[in-house]
Amino acid sequence: MATKETGRISRVAGPVVTAEGISPRMYDVVLVGELKLMGEVIKLVGKKTVIQVYEDTSGIRPGEEVVDTGAPLQVELGPGLLSSVYDGVQRPLPVLRENQGDFVSRGITAPGLDRKKKWEFTPLVKKGDEIGRGAILGEVPEGNIVHRVLAPSDAKGKVKNISSGNFTVEDVVGQLDSGYELRLMQRWPVRQARPYVEKLMPDIPLVTGQRVLDLLFPLAKGGTAAIPGGFGTGKTVTSQQLSKWSDAQIVIYVGCGERGNEMTEVLTTFPELEDPKTGKPLMGRTVLIANTSNMPVAAREASVYTGITVAEYYRDMGYDVSLMADSTSRWAEAMREISSRLEEMPGEEGYPAYLAARLSEFYERCGRVKVFSGGIGSISVIGAVSPSGGDFSEPVTQNTLRIVKVFWALDSKLRERRHFPAINWLTSYSLYSPILEDWYRKNVAEDWNQVRLWAMETLQKESELQEIVQLVGSDALPEEQRLTLDVARMIREFFLQQSAYHAVDTYSPLKRQYEYMSAIKRFSEHAKKAISLEVPLERISTLPCRADLGKLKFEETIDADLKKVTAEMDKQFASLGG
Amino acid sequence: MAKEYHTINQIAGPLVFVEKTEPIGFGELVQITLPDGSTKRGQVLDTSDEVVVVQVFEGTGGIDRASGVKFLGETVKMPVAKDMLGRILNGSGDPLDNGPPIIPEKRLEIIGAAINPWARDNPQEFIQTGISSIDGMNTLVRGQKLPIFSGAGLPHNDIALQIARQAKVLGGKEEFAVVFAAMGITSEEAQYFMKDFERTGALKRAVVFLNLADDPAIERLLTPRLALTTAEYLAFDLGMHVLVILTDITNYSEALRQIGAAREEVPARRGYPGYMYTDLASMYERAGRIKDKKGSITQFPILSMPGDDITHPIPDLTGYITEGQIVASRDLHRKGIFPPIAVERSLSRLMGQGIGPGRTREDHRAVSDQLYAGYAEGRDLRGLVAIVGKEALSDRDRKFLDFADAFEDRFVRQGKDEDRTIEQTLELGWELLSMLPLDSLTKIDRKFIEKYHPTVKKK
Ligand SMILES: Nc1ncnc2c1ncn2[C@@H]1O[C@H](COP(=O)(O)OP(=O)(O)OP(=O)(O)O)[C@@H](O)[C@H]1O
Ligand SMILES: [Mg+2]
Repeated sequence: MATKETGRISRVAGPVVTAEGISPRMYDVVLVGELKLMGEVIKLVGKKTVIQVYEDTSGIRPGEEVVDTGAPLQVELGPGLLSSVYDGVQRPLPVLRENQGDFVSRGITAPGLDRKKKWEFTPLVKKGDEIGRGAILGEVPEGNIVHRVLAPSDAKGKVKNISSGNFTVEDVVGQLDSGYELRLMQRWPVRQARPYVEKLMPDIPLVTGQRVLDLLFPLAKGGTAAIPGGFGTGKTVTSQQLSKWSDAQIVIYVGCGERGNEMTEVLTTFPELEDPKTGKPLMGRTVLIANTSNMPVAAREASVYTGITVAEYYRDMGYDVSLMADSTSRWAEAMREISSRLEEMPGEEGYPAYLAARLSEFYERCGRVKVFSGGIGSISVIGAVSPSGGDFSEPVTQNTLRIVKVFWALDSKLRERRHFPAINWLTSYSLYSPILEDWYRKNVAEDWNQVRLWAMETLQKESELQEIVQLVGSDALPEEQRLTLDVARMIREFFLQQSAYHAVDTYSPLKRQYEYMSAIKRFSEHAKKAISLEVPLERISTLPCRADLGKLKFEETIDADLKKVTAEMDKQFASLGG
Repeated sequence: MAKEYHTINQIAGPLVFVEKTEPIGFGELVQITLPDGSTKRGQVLDTSDEVVVVQVFEGTGGIDRASGVKFLGETVKMPVAKDMLGRILNGSGDPLDNGPPIIPEKRLEIIGAAINPWARDNPQEFIQTGISSIDGMNTLVRGQKLPIFSGAGLPHNDIALQIARQAKVLGGKEEFAVVFAAMGITSEEAQYFMKDFERTGALKRAVVFLNLADDPAIERLLTPRLALTTAEYLAFDLGMHVLVILTDITNYSEALRQIGAAREEVPARRGYPGYMYTDLASMYERAGRIKDKKGSITQFPILSMPGDDITHPIPDLTGYITEGQIVASRDLHRKGIFPPIAVERSLSRLMGQGIGPGRTREDHRAVSDQLYAGYAEGRDLRGLVAIVGKEALSDRDRKFLDFADAFEDRFVRQGKDEDRTIEQTLELGWELLSMLPLDSLTKIDRKFIEKYHPTVKKK
């Protein structure tokens, strides 16, 4: 057991407090001042201990007491995480509101997991079983999934007894021969990655239902993606779309230094939506970590670690987890702020020199892995990046791009014309595409990849032609090139644009995406033939099937419509003659 | 009685360093007595066993080593009362008018605690400002923070005033109030606001805080917080719907930079402190609604973009915090269009929650999306026309070009006292859309076209 050592404050400068008289380890949690504000040791110099405090330090004075808890910042892991809403250091916000009112005040802690709630536990091990790292002790129904109760890392040995029934997270559900007590809950230090057996190839896509992402720039389960973009370009909407629609079993949404109202939006919309996988309420697969921009920066710094640790815990049960961090730039800024208070030598734009290291450590914690409990689990991470001035050459964007495999570049120009999602199709990329090809071929369509390449090529050609058009106008181009422009326009307006707010358009299954793009491709092929037979483009682009292709995406009957329009298309082109 | 120290050992810019004190709390309020007997106020920025650093709000001019320093044992508080409505206060919260003293009902910390995200209520009540480019394209809702990004010489004050005058919630008859905080604006500008408030009778429902251009810069760090503390009291204690106008955030940010420089902090971009995002957020986030409470705070910060540069740290960081922005356009202003709102660069992120059936109208989203798309296309063509001439355009393109002009001239342009209902705005939108080929209206559901399109709908 850790001993609790007491010292005194010698300096307070914003969120950074210096203390004397304690000799803690790095990253130990300490309680600061009479209010017992929670803080974390971030530097040791001589006899001095430097602490970042997770709460506002107003009124705290030198001389007040500091207590070392002897343990690092940990999260509580067990049933009850799903549907929870936490601040950056896993304090449940509903409980805080109950205890202290509508505004977050200081010095109040509440445990991450409810101590009173009982869970129905069914053991999967029995007396005499030898258990070790990652063993599944039993199961508890939680939210939309079966919560597999994992043996804590220090629980090794023979099971002496274990019982089924209803238990709180603290109740003892069994014992090992050594006397070790088994519970539904365990703790884990957030800054330390949870171990796994080995990393596997991320060769299954994380299906998002967002056409531009799934077809052109797919993310793999266990993969990493960055969404950089200036303000208002769609980082949050995209992250929220992914947390609503992606086919992960567990979603961790970290609102890191962003808006309070956005959290409210998630909290009001998610309970009304269905988990596309299980049909149960979406909140039942979601953990929300909300450390908004006006909440303490040190807790913001911790929030991404809290999030990824919870993600690892569910991964260890063998689930596919996706984690959205909105925004990693605010996390980097929190690092910068703390670093500057420590008077550390700054790197670029005042960010600490260890920025790149912290970012890669974080992204390294995701992946598709073989877990100790036997199965395969994955963590996919989608990190929003908010570059200052919308300029992607700044340090956070650049350091992130060096690590992640998918780059969804948001573009202010596209936003200005309300092309949403404002993902630039020329600069974005996904390094997973080749790895995922096989999967699409087997699970969606044999020629998925051809369709994809055709779309990319058409868009590429368009951008080349656009340069000419800017100089001479489109009328100066030959018909065939004008057709390319028209088809590219169809791809952009019909397929790439997808409204997050439209009941039907918001989500598009893979099969439908394929059919949709194939229909556009078919139109293009028909049109090419017609043009070679000297049918004027004017007549082709005013065919009713073209307009119908654009509108059907808003109709409930879209799948049937697609078939109908395709058939109509064949007829209409046939009637053009030639 | 607090002890008085005469142990100043350094004064640098707005900062005073005091030695050999008892333990002093971080953020404590400080009173400094000058040799001539006058006093200044400040706040503790850094406190340790050895030295206490004080940031002086009224500037350090006149302070010497012998000046007395008293630590008042509490953080900065704002006395608030319902009687503040109709009053004019200075940037430190003391009355400037000749009215009676305000008897406080409460004294509140001016560094407001964060609203627990769980306690927030979703802002979704549509506020009709009567301005088409806002109501139609960038709809405002109660509890939103929507800044005006402007530039020197643009009529942002007129836009803000028109909004303050016309803003209403349809069908609502609730108590409302305006809190106005001026930071470093000229007295002429301040007068302009005051006159309008008086003319329309808004002053009776307003609390005005004035830190003018010749008032101490550091006081600007205080002024908006006093205003927001007052607003919170009016909204969440007294249940009023409060509109807060903060102008000019650029002056506020300059003061922030000045403190950072005086503390020799490592700056982030263009000399502004690395914590400017957090600092601005601690103000902007004090907008919103709270579950089970009647009132709301809607914020209208105004900022002038240095050099009209939207990537400058002040508009940039603001845009990252607020729920959209209304951007004033110099081009439109030059064309003589009022209000010169650049709809394509403006955005209201809470629009989706405030519009639609039951709130505005079912076709609102579609109309607005289509207007955007059409306007964007028309604007693109303007570039082309400059090169190849209008004759080289196709018929379709020419329609878009005309549409863009009409959009600016009829939809965006309106009178300073012209108060359009949302129906008028949407009808106007449809009228303009009917200039475009029917098959280019790809963003509108068939059923809306059949119902609202002037030449399609069944009469
Ligand atoms: N897929 C989409 N469908 C419809 N609208 C969208 C979509 N993506 C973005 N938008 C629009 O863009 C606005 C801004 O998006 P969002 O809030 O996600 O920006 P952001 O990049 O997170 O900005 P910030 O960095 O300031 O947080 C939304 O409020 C919405 O109006
Ligand atoms: Mg966002």
